[in-house]
Amino acid sequence: MTKIPCRKAITDTLVEEGKQNPDLFVVTSDARGSVTLDRFADELPEQFVEVGIAEQNAVGVGAGLALAGKNVFVCGPASFYSARSLEQIKVDVAYSHTNVKIIGVSGGVSYGALGSTHHSLHDIAVMRTFPGLNVYLPSDRYQARWLTSFLCHHEESAYVRVGRNAVPDIYDENESFEAGRAKILREGGDVALIATGECVYHALQAAGNLAEQGIEATVMDIFTLKPFDKEAVLSAARHTLCLVTVEEHSVFGGLGAAVAELCSQEHPVRLKILGIPDENAVHGKPLELFAHYGLDASGISRAARELLNQ
Amino acid sequence: MKELEKIALEVRKKLIQNIVHAGGGHTGGSLSSVDILVALYFQIMNIDPGHPGMEERDRFIMSKGHSVEALHAVLSKRGFFSEEVLDTYGEFNSILAGHPTRKVPGIEVNSGALGHGLSVGVGMALAAQRSGYPYRTFVLMGDGEHGEGSIMEAAAAAGHYHLDSLRAILDRNRLQISGKTEDVMRIENLEEKYRACGWSVRACDGHDMKDLIENLESCPLEKGKPSLIIARTTKGRGVSFMENRANWHHKVPGDTELEQAMKELDEKLERISHD
Repeated sequence: MTKIPCRKAITDTLVEEGKQNPDLFVVTSDARGSVTLDRFADELPEQFVEVGIAEQNAVGVGAGLALAGKNVFVCGPASFYSARSLEQIKVDVAYSHTNVKIIGVSGGVSYGALGSTHHSLHDIAVMRTFPGLNVYLPSDRYQARWLTSFLCHHEESAYVRVGRNAVPDIYDENESFEAGRAKILREGGDVALIATGECVYHALQAAGNLAEQGIEATVMDIFTLKPFDKEAVLSAARHTLCLVTVEEHSVFGGLGAAVAELCSQEHPVRLKILGIPDENAVHGKPLELFAHYGLDASGISRAARELLNQ
Repeated sequence: MKELEKIALEVRKKLIQNIVHAGGGHTGGSLSSVDILVALYFQIMNIDPGHPGMEERDRFIMSKGHSVEALHAVLSKRGFFSEEVLDTYGEFNSILAGHPTRKVPGIEVNSGALGHGLSVGVGMALAAQRSGYPYRTFVLMGDGEHGEGSIMEAAAAAGHYHLDSLRAILDRNRLQISGKTEDVMRIENLEEKYRACGWSVRACDGHDMKDLIENLESCPLEKGKPSLIIARTTKGRGVSFMENRANWHHKVPGDTELEQAMKELDEKLERISHD
């Protein structure tokens, strides 16, 4: 199976789009390598802005460029952009309604053993509370490519989080997407596995395991955390017995919280929120962490069975 | 010059009245910024109040966003919006907030959280440099604001990219909410800090319209470098009992104080018209 990191799909798309549009700008903070921006920088130097290790400035500069008519992608590690420059995202991007897309790479626990300084497990929680800021977590390279192209042609303020590592393909190149609309990857009436980002692949695997045990699962890729596809979630709540949310994020404030906020008010349902608990994640490789915290196929199917048996 | 000085006095009167009407505002810093703003909006900048979005307009960013009462009063006086709108300041659902927002004609970016404006200005100036836009970018900063380290990130980038269409003005009134800037946290030597980042720096009297305009007109002070004009100002400028008092940072005048302030400013206006 082909494995390509989403960050690479994003930057390849930015190069293609950037060649067509001289007003497409990329800003980064000494993260050419980690974002995979070398090609963009080499081929489109006049549209590339390096600010050094200065995320606050990167976002502010991005907002200034956007206010001058540019479509700006500010790219760097999600951990730093979602914390160090959070106020700039809140004020200069979201509040000021600037056409800036923050591309947070190596998000979640991508940096595994590097420790909590490099993890971004709070980003969905904070970003989705900023009015005017859309939040996306694509799950594979095709979705990442579509999303990037979409953002190249739409004026909006957005935060995009992707991981560092290569992820398996979930879609193919002909798949079509719509911002704000979840993708239903599998339908089943017992439980709905609602996942985002890299967790979508593991949810799909889990659904396969569950089917072998006679449990039919719906799998939903909710790649737009904001605007949130309420209808898709409510439909899953109505048509299954229970919901399991899966995210590479704190169990507080993220996808699980968004589902809980919605369902508890509009269609109460049994719900299990899978994510990283309230602790600094143990040190290990990302997939080891996924397994440890029950975000892999076996953890997700176990959680689904337990919830169904309650 | 006399006309600009007259406008500045009228703006001072108006902003104090607005602060009293709203029951809140940043009196001291607004008064210290007035002459700089009047010089920019009535003399220096290429703007068209009838077309606030004009493409080639010069850009202005109020990084010290708390001095918004001065900015609102100047924008209104310059014709960006009516005095009726200005008078809604402090009222429920007014378009005028207690810090700058893009809802207001003539305001380019929302500000008020300190240490953001110079970065935004760098982005605007970079866009101009890369795309050959003719506009210049002006950023007004406070001195207390220089406690925010992000400003130095922006200053470094401006020097690095040789953004000589960028002009920063520092409202150097030497006071912040808790007291003297150098007592709260030393920020000097600012000239040397900016020069080290590749800027050209000059100081002037921030209440002398001629001095301000001459210095702003001579920007870029050096080709290939961003310019910083350190405008030496007095917090609370124009009203004797407000001048140089840290407690007037956001104090609202009472009835007697308002009366006294208006009297002093009216006397100054009278003197100007008789000179």
